Amino acid sequence: MLRFLTELGRYFILLKKVFSIPEKPVVYYKQTMHELVYLGLNSIGIITVISFFMGAVITLQTAYNTENPIYPTYLIGLGCRDSIILEFSSTVAALILAGKVGSNIASEIGTMRVTEQIDALEIMGVNSASYLILPKIIATLLFNPVLTLLSICVGIFGGWIAGTMAGVITSEDFIYGIQYAFIPYYITYSLIKTLFFAFIITSVSAFQGYFVEGGSLEVGRASTKAVVFSSVLILLFNVILTQLLLS
Amino acid sequence: MITIKNLNKSFNSKQVLSNISVDFEPGKTNLIIGRSGSGKTVLLKSIVGLHEIESGEIWYDDVLFNKLDFNEKKEIRKEIGMLFQGSALFDSLTVDQNVRFPLDMFTDKTEEEKKDRVNFCLQRVNIINANNLFPSELSGGMKKRVAIARAISLNPKYLFCDEPNSGLDPITAILIDELIKELTEEYNMTTIVNTHDMNSVMQIGEKIVFISEGLKCWEGNKDEILDSDCTTLNDFVFANALAKQLKESL
Repeated sequence: MLRFLTELGRYFILLKKVFSIPEKPVVYYKQTMHELVYLGLNSIGIITVISFFMGAVITLQTAYNTENPIYPTYLIGLGCRDSIILEFSSTVAALILAGKVGSNIASEIGTMRVTEQIDALEIMGVNSASYLILPKIIATLLFNPVLTLLSICVGIFGGWIAGTMAGVITSEDFIYGIQYAFIPYYITYSLIKTLFFAFIITSVSAFQGYFVEGGSLEVGRASTKAVVFSSVLILLFNVILTQLLLS
Repeated sequence: MITIKNLNKSFNSKQVLSNISVDFEPGKTNLIIGRSGSGKTVLLKSIVGLHEIESGEIWYDDVLFNKLDFNEKKEIRKEIGMLFQGSALFDSLTVDQNVRFPLDMFTDKTEEEKKDRVNFCLQRVNIINANNLFPSELSGGMKKRVAIARAISLNPKYLFCDEPNSGLDPITAILIDELIKELTEEYNMTTIVNTHDMNSVMQIGEKIVFISEGLKCWEGNKDEILDSDCTTLNDFVFANALAKQLKESL
């Protein structure tokens, strides 16, 4: 318990350092643009592929579980839409990004720590925590909602393709289903969750990397811890946010 | 001038440095020597503020460095250049961007002025036509020289070098030592070099401090080191066969 509280304290002290006034805003702006490409644009591929197949599977599973003729077939489209918006494009995509982006951040910062690059920044008088972590947080907060919206679109498209190609639903019914009883607030809910998850992935992974001690083995461990802790926190906050935003 | 008074440092109740007091003079290459694990790097990192000390005083000229807060220390650190054992160049930046980094961060120079300064620093350390290379594309000696170029880009008053020639062949090591000595004299910097390389000691050791098991055992210069009556120092200095032969011939 004491160790947990110590780590929690270190995490918040690090965040305080991260959110201090930047030395040179222009340099931070350039760094943020770089991170937008590195952490954001480079994630489009994996999010697109995963979302497409996620949507396809959701549609097929919904179809096979609602074979009863009492249920109108457009419910398959509705189920696909709501599952993707409410859960898959925010939470599952966040878990995927925790694996990709989280391990990337932890290993990058961890390697900088063990090769004394962070010490070099400190010696120069640069706030290393802010310089290394703040641009990553801003970049993911800005770009992850875009990834979520992309995931929603691609997921529904994947569902439509799979549903119509497998012959479980007609194109007209699917399109009617995804328009039926649409609640725009679900998108807001999904984007709010995405913002929280983006912050968790970046800050927790950066924390794991920033305090690495040792060598390459410890960097690997930090990277694993970053993914595990980010994932657990994402699932925990998913429950809390769902209760707060949908109840 | 950097002055250390009664410096003590421990990790988890293990005393690593005990009561170290020493003056490091400007315009001279000051060497901290000792065996691996003797506390040299901890002393150097304590002086630059990377380690918090338990007690004692660290003076940068007339400023008591260890009592300053984070932002006040930042001002002093802008006058510090440091060469790390592994060079610590930023992997994601090119040679040019590495040397330019302190200029981007702390000056309002124009792009043209920065370009001139970067080229001047790189030429000064004999790095030519390598501006667009990444650290992974450089040899060990080139990395050290680029790190020196980065360290001097802001005209520092204080230069710290942690084992500057570790992992280098003897000829490149001498070149790096000579470069450090030349720059120290040229810019009248207070330079502190951590080393356990006796070639460096005899090459550039204008002031030498010998540390053993966290204690300062001896202080002098390269002319005095061979005649010392400090047993631990003699064991260190005359550890290899060549040095032993030299001692016997003296």
